[in-house]
Amino acid sequence: MARTISYREAINEALAQEMARDERVIVMGEDNSGGTGAPGEDDAWGGPLGVTKGLHTRFPDRVLDTPISESAFVGAAIGAATAGMRPVAELMFIDFMGVCFDQIYNQAAKFRYMFGGKAVTPVTIRTMYGAGLRAAAQHSQALYPMFTHIPGLKVALPATPYDAKGLLIQAIRDDDPVIFCEHKAMYDTTGEVPEESYTIPFGEANVAREGGDVTIVAFGRMVSVALEAAETLGAAGIECDVIDPRTTSPLDADTILESVEETGRLVVVDEATPRCGMAADIAALAAREAFGALRAPVQTVTAPHTPVPFADTLEDLYIPDAQKVVNAVKAAKEYT
Amino acid sequence: MVDAIPAEVAGEPAAGTLLHAYRTMRTIRAFEDRVHEEFATGDIPGFVHLYAGEEASATGVCLHLDERDAIASTHRGHGHCIAKGVDPVGMMAEIYGRRDGVCRGKGGSMHIADLSKGMLGANGIVGGGPPLICGTALAAKLKGDGGVGVAFFGDGASNQGTTLEAMNLATVWNLPAVFVAENNGYAEATASTWSVAADNIADRADGFGMPGVIVDGFDFFAVYEAAGEAIRRAREGGGPTLIEVKFTRYYGHFEGDQQTYRADEVARARAESDCLARFRDRVTGDGTLPAADLDAIDAEIAALIDDAVARAKAADKPGPADLETDVYIRY
Repeated sequence: MARTISYREAINEALAQEMARDERVIVMGEDNSGGTGAPGEDDAWGGPLGVTKGLHTRFPDRVLDTPISESAFVGAAIGAATAGMRPVAELMFIDFMGVCFDQIYNQAAKFRYMFGGKAVTPVTIRTMYGAGLRAAAQHSQALYPMFTHIPGLKVALPATPYDAKGLLIQAIRDDDPVIFCEHKAMYDTTGEVPEESYTIPFGEANVAREGGDVTIVAFGRMVSVALEAAETLGAAGIECDVIDPRTTSPLDADTILESVEETGRLVVVDEATPRCGMAADIAALAAREAFGALRAPVQTVTAPHTPVPFADTLEDLYIPDAQKVVNAVKAAKEYT
Repeated sequence: MVDAIPAEVAGEPAAGTLLHAYRTMRTIRAFEDRVHEEFATGDIPGFVHLYAGEEASATGVCLHLDERDAIASTHRGHGHCIAKGVDPVGMMAEIYGRRDGVCRGKGGSMHIADLSKGMLGANGIVGGGPPLICGTALAAKLKGDGGVGVAFFGDGASNQGTTLEAMNLATVWNLPAVFVAENNGYAEATASTWSVAADNIADRADGFGMPGVIVDGFDFFAVYEAAGEAIRRAREGGGPTLIEVKFTRYYGHFEGDQQTYRADEVARARAESDCLARFRDRVTGDGTLPAADLDAIDAEIAALIDDAVARAKAADKPGPADLETDVYIRY
């Protein structure tokens, strides 16, 4: 039965249900419990934003606090995965990938291939991304294109509480390494989520809105921004398809291309910076596979090629908003 | 192929264990000497780092391990593979880049691995292995199967943050892990006496709350004893140990290295300290094993390596159909 819960609760519920279902599932990260070794309460934090709250109380042996030592515990999660566990490591902020990236991209991502198809590494790395909390340059980036670039990794970007639960359960059950990217500004957003366990297959886009005039492809938190823009545009007589790929690797290219074949006009909305990001990737896909159908240059709406600024005035300018999407759609629509 | 033998706790190794130890060390030496020769012909592609001279370390440690246990290795990984029971024929084919190779020609010398043997791979990244071993040790601890994880790493990796982080985590989580620092005197072409700020790598164990031991790496019996104690402690829940094994590698950092940075320590080590010679002198001198048994092993291993090279050279290389397979299990 579905009820309305938050993105945070959906993730917590997915973890709890998978831990109850499969004792190979273990959770580790900095303050995932919180209070370990300290004189006060145990399970004090449940992660810095409370996403894993209560799990340690329920599964004391399988929710492990770690030193602030990302290489060691992300690597340990990967090693444990090769030894038959299904670890979920929390890399607190995606920005911290810099201190442990080797374990992810040179180790986990490569095992299957470089060991001749004999390795199985079912690790999930949960991580927070995204701007909007005035957390500035080192705690706000949308770095999932860098993971998407790496063969051997799968990358999920849930845009709703429903997708967060289903994609995370899929990630935990998936036999390949998965980078599960949670937008930190979405934890309190709510939506209908079934109580029971379910999975959402990777590589299957969600068509969040059907229109037919212009195709908008949006990722993560930008899906809600694109939907807001589409609502505005609909009132002005421009109907948009809004496609949320849900995973950047694998990518559901077919759904995007089918829409572009129909509309001939494509806008890509991504919170990441513009170079070598998802917007450039999807634009190239359309140029390569749907050149004949395009009736306008592909429009991209992204963050600028800058670090994420601190001041609220600047950060608000940095993050793509619905008005920018509206403008891009109009530019695509008006091009003849 | 080196057969697995039952794990044995520290103490004087039995005659069967000694024969197994000699066979393992001889297999590693013959394998590496032959790869050295064949590399010079130009038939072996890529980067190759040889373990000759260091055989007592992998052998003395891995003799205590069984199928519950995992090891992580280094770019100098052939010896660890052989000691953990990986098939030398499949290894040679891998080093030649053949489809019959243990990694189907997709890994090569620097990524040679066999997870079915608990060998988590040579590693092209210095310091790549120790965090992974924390994970296999954690898995063993949670399963309660008594398994241990052993991270082999070099003096170069002893300065990597990953190694230091892994040692800290292993103690914090009280993991059944053993860290084996193989100090062969050089990180590539830079002396470990210069690059390691402490007098000994083992001295760092104190800072991570674990015992640290220094062992003569040319002495199989010393390695075997120290490793036996560390592995027993790990299996019994007593936590990790750092063992520093000191010796000299017989070849360069990589094949092709002119080694102009070195003095005459290789010739001296070969003449005075060689682990195989010392082993033979000891076990034949005290009558534990007849020399004829060791000679028979030498002949058997020579034939095995000849066969491995012949088969590798004759094997097919991977083709276009192999390029895009095995990136994912399902995509």
